[in-house]
Amino acid sequence: MGQLAPTTPDLGQQVGQQGFLLAKLDDLVNQVRANSIWPLTFGLACCAIEMMATVSPRYDLARFGAEVFRASPRQADLMIVAGRVSQKMGPVLRQIYDQMPEPKWVIAMGACSSCGGVFNNYAIIQGVDEVVPVDVYVPGCPPRPESLIYGILQLRKKIMNQGKLNRAAR
Amino acid sequence: MSESAEQPPEPSAPPRSQIETELRILRRHCPDAILEVTEQPARDMHWIEIRKERLHRVASLLRDTGELGYQMLADLFGVDYPEREDRFSVLYQLYSPGRNQRLYLRVRVEEGEAVPTLREVFPNADWAEREVWDLFGIPFDGHPDLRRILNPDDWEGHPLRKDYPLVGRRPVLLFNSVKDVL
Repeated sequence: MGQLAPTTPDLGQQVGQQGFLLAKLDDLVNQVRANSIWPLTFGLACCAIEMMATVSPRYDLARFGAEVFRASPRQADLMIVAGRVSQKMGPVLRQIYDQMPEPKWVIAMGACSSCGGVFNNYAIIQGVDEVVPVDVYVPGCPPRPESLIYGILQLRKKIMNQGKLNRAAR
Repeated sequence: MSESAEQPPEPSAPPRSQIETELRILRRHCPDAILEVTEQPARDMHWIEIRKERLHRVASLLRDTGELGYQMLADLFGVDYPEREDRFSVLYQLYSPGRNQRLYLRVRVEEGEAVPTLREVFPNADWAEREVWDLFGIPFDGHPDLRRILNPDDWEGHPLRKDYPLVGRRPVLLFNSVKDVL
């Protein structure tokens, strides 16, 4: 499970041996961001149930740093779009996304938010990436808690491998 | 009647309808309301097609008469038969909790024709009629706030009509350019 260890080998060695460490600011900031990612409650439909199961003690998302699910977008940095998004809900989703401060990430959880899912009709937005930029897509209907955890771990990898401090330049 | 010694058994009377009381009371108080009665007693379903002008009166009668007691409007929905001239039917499912009896009222209208609202009789018809307006385009006379309820306010078209395509007519993208999103 290499994701839980620091990716830069210097960090591990230096902390273990000498009591102080030298590291790039970029790496440190990425480590901090990846390890304390606070999700926003955006459960819309059935995927919300699996998201709730993921934070339950059995699968426990808190051990990966997602300690609290914030209700307010101003305090969150990860939006997990869990469920189908209707045409009426689209602008609301965009507004909530805009209210989140940078840096922010989006996980499209489930088939409906990834691509419209089973609902290929006039009422459902065919994939939430038509409204917000998505970082990780987690397929499933609904995805099991292990799948969502895997998606969050992939997101952590993505955060830790970010090159620049300023995300907007990516 | 028959002269021979062996008489064929008398034909038995047709079985009594389950909604006989309702029909009797309606025919007495509101004789011109009923247009047609359809029954499928095996499924315990009975439909009474009534004139739309008498809708309010019939519903009040069914609700307020003690022995009928249809106090609950269980469902209100529309159906589209595009091949018929009276294209839409609006159906009202009434339920009597005291007798555990259900009854459908049917009103047929053509395109653009309005149906009187049932809000004063059953308050829960308010949002149900908004839904029928949103999805079928059937206006309701006397409804104070007839606007869309399920689709966005600026939606064009009425999606549950048979001539509306499943995937819709509006482009799905909400924003005009990729720049708006990223």
